[in-house]
Amino acid sequence: MMADCTRREFFGLVGGLASTALYRPLPPSAAQDSLPGTGPSGKLWDPSRAGRPLPPVTARDNDAAIQAIEKQLKCTCGCNQDVYTCRTTDFNCTTSPAMHQRVLQLADRGKTAQGIIDQFVRENGVQILMAPPKRGFNLAGYFLPSALILAAAAVLVLALRRWARAAAATPATPATPAALAAPASPAALDATAAELERLRRELDRLPG
Amino acid sequence: MTVLGNLALWVAFLVGIWGALTGFVGGLLGRADLQQSARHAVFAMCAALLTAVFALEWALFHHDFNVEYVAAYTSRNLPIFYTWSALYAGQKGSLLFWASVLSVFGSLALTFTSRRHAPLLPYVAGVVCAVAAFFVTVMLFAANPFARLAFTPLDGNGLNPQLQNPGMVFHPPMLYLGYISMTIPYAFAMAALLSRRLDTDWLVAIRKWTLVSWLFLSIGLLLGMWWAYVELGWGGYWAWDPVENAALLPWLTMTAFLHSVMIQEKRGMLKKWNLALVIGSWLLSVMGTFITRSGVISSVHSFTQSPVGYYFLVFLILAAAASFTLYARRLPLLDAEARLESMVSREASFLFNNLLLVGIAFSVLWGTLFPILSELVQGTKVTVGPPFFNQVNIPLGLALLALTGIGPLIAWRRASLPNLKRQFAVPLTTGGFVGLILLVGGMRDGWALMAIALAGFVAATVGQEFARGARARHRQYGEPYALALARLVGRNRRRYGGYIVHTGILILFVAFAGMAFKTETQVTLRPGERATIRSPYGWTYRLTHLGISQYDALNRQVTAATLEVERDGKRLGVMTTEKRQHVDGLGRPTFQPSTEVGIRSDLREDLYIVLGGVVNGTEQAVFRFTINPLVWWVWYGGVVLVLGGLVVMWPGGGSPAVKRVQAGYAVRLVGKQ
Repeated sequence: MMADCTRREFFGLVGGLASTALYRPLPPSAAQDSLPGTGPSGKLWDPSRAGRPLPPVTARDNDAAIQAIEKQLKCTCGCNQDVYTCRTTDFNCTTSPAMHQRVLQLADRGKTAQGIIDQFVRENGVQILMAPPKRGFNLAGYFLPSALILAAAAVLVLALRRWARAAAATPATPATPAALAAPASPAALDATAAELERLRRELDRLPG
Repeated sequence: MTVLGNLALWVAFLVGIWGALTGFVGGLLGRADLQQSARHAVFAMCAALLTAVFALEWALFHHDFNVEYVAAYTSRNLPIFYTWSALYAGQKGSLLFWASVLSVFGSLALTFTSRRHAPLLPYVAGVVCAVAAFFVTVMLFAANPFARLAFTPLDGNGLNPQLQNPGMVFHPPMLYLGYISMTIPYAFAMAALLSRRLDTDWLVAIRKWTLVSWLFLSIGLLLGMWWAYVELGWGGYWAWDPVENAALLPWLTMTAFLHSVMIQEKRGMLKKWNLALVIGSWLLSVMGTFITRSGVISSVHSFTQSPVGYYFLVFLILAAAASFTLYARRLPLLDAEARLESMVSREASFLFNNLLLVGIAFSVLWGTLFPILSELVQGTKVTVGPPFFNQVNIPLGLALLALTGIGPLIAWRRASLPNLKRQFAVPLTTGGFVGLILLVGGMRDGWALMAIALAGFVAATVGQEFARGARARHRQYGEPYALALARLVGRNRRRYGGYIVHTGILILFVAFAGMAFKTETQVTLRPGERATIRSPYGWTYRLTHLGISQYDALNRQVTAATLEVERDGKRLGVMTTEKRQHVDGLGRPTFQPSTEVGIRSDLREDLYIVLGGVVNGTEQAVFRFTINPLVWWVWYGGVVLVLGGLVVMWPGGGSPAVKRVQAGYAVRLVGKQ
């Protein structure tokens, strides 16, 4: 049987026997290559390629109340994002994790959500908030666009009513080059289905 | 080659100034020789700028790292695909791209515009030359892409990893094409004002250009959203960043123009408004460029702060002053040829539509500039982020969606009550029914519910329009319904193409509403460990960390985590998410490690996986799992919107003048009844 064995198979067999003989279970603390479902994780070949080392996620990192607070606070690293989005997106950033720890610290001291936000504003100024507080000049920020649109809509309604009245007072509008589409009578505005069909038929005969 | 590039820029500069002078003077004095010279100047400037582009691409592809721009944005191992796109990856190169594309568009406009509009063309040449000459001035005196270094580095810095994405190869040029092509309608508007030819004719000349511009802006915005989603890794596609807003502003005003221009074409009304919209859209596009390049507002998209911003600010102020002064002087020539006759008419609904579009544009601009205003007024800089924009703009957006459905249901000139009842019955019932189903189904997010119900209303409006048109053709010609539908669209491209665009918009709104139900969680997993997450649809995802592998690719070192994904016990497959450390040709790290997202997309939701990093250099990894409902529909809605735009743009179907004659003929026919 051994005569039929190739050189590769032979060395494989010898290697297998030797490793069985020399096998010693590794202590749990030692690193080893990992396989699905097997204990501790293996070391990466070059951990620096995977970016900044991260601590394991804790249950509090996913706490909805903490996240809600962090979504109102701006990360000061220059990313323009809120603390929660930055710490869960830009994993190179060290600012947002530090701000996250500060939020947790303040929560541990028993501060309410608003208390934590107020503390951040005291420490960093109002620009730490993702949206300006609704007071003073900031109210203009929130309501001016809508107020202007409503005012413009009101003006438009008044103007339309005036124009409509003026149009009603002058029944025969002379046709202008760009206004050839002037219907001759009110009956034309409520054309019957037969009229419309005839219209379509005529239009379809036209080129283009 | 840099000598050639510099020389080409100087030629473009001098020719541009000459073209601007001869264009305006030739037009005002009626001198045919000067007019011809201006026309030739545009072509010559185009040739010079394309030569400069060639010179820069040559330097990029030949790794001439003595050129500062080449060293700053490329490296020896940068894939060819991205070496090409490095042309517009940096401030200086993008200025060259802007100017050269503008000169190409200018040449096309001068070549293909009908002889009928010949009196406008010298001014068009003048405006194109003036704007392009400004960009060349900025390059020559503040941001020269051909500037050399005092030494030659062994390799360049390489391209920012976030720009090494196919979306980023196409997104900036599309957006630029949108911005740049807007200069042509603006040039025609200025030409109409200067030549006092303010009838509806100049609108015919710019019709295709406005559509081209709107289409490019739409594609650019959509590609930008897609890039942000797949590349930035924060799990969304729109963050109300100042630069995103800057691109949205001209899109909104152009959309308003595309609606209001129909009133001018059909009724000879809104001349002043339409001119203001064209001028305003172009100024907004220049302002977008200013915001991106000045650093006046902090943004993730911004180029580095540079004196270029001051050039743009001065240009913006001068252009706005010149445009609106001329506009104000011509106001007496811009009286309407007809008057609006009823509050309940298509014209009135278009006016409200314009009001909302311009109002939203103002609200976005207001929010974008509010930090500066606050600093001026209160002495305090504030942050205006997504919570602010969502609060202000969601109600306005929904009102606009409602008008998208209401407008097509109201007749031109005046709608009668029986007509309104007939038109609104099905859409209102559909919208109400959709809202009721969602409410009974347990949806409690008010904005999302309203958005989807309104989308139902708009969908029914569009469906009703198509169904009625196809039925009429079927009855009239005995055509099968499919053929009747195809011919209906083919013969009324503008109208039905517009409805297809509306369909794209309503799909987008439904997709946006889906994000109200986004869920996300962070977990740490060792190989073999599993995490379980529930989707908004009630499904349970089980994700098993299979392990991490590290390997080298062309210009990066990759750390890839692999996960097996199951949904409700059924295996869906394997997903990978990566950390990439980019390196130059000598193996030196060039940027901080970036993240490559793993996305599994289907019609209902996206599973979005991000590898945050590893714990203590082991295979124990930190992941963020996000479930984003209905994201696929953002891209699908975008495709529908672009297809609709293409249908509208497709050649044929008759000019607006022919349409007017048809309409007049039709009305005379009715009058004879």
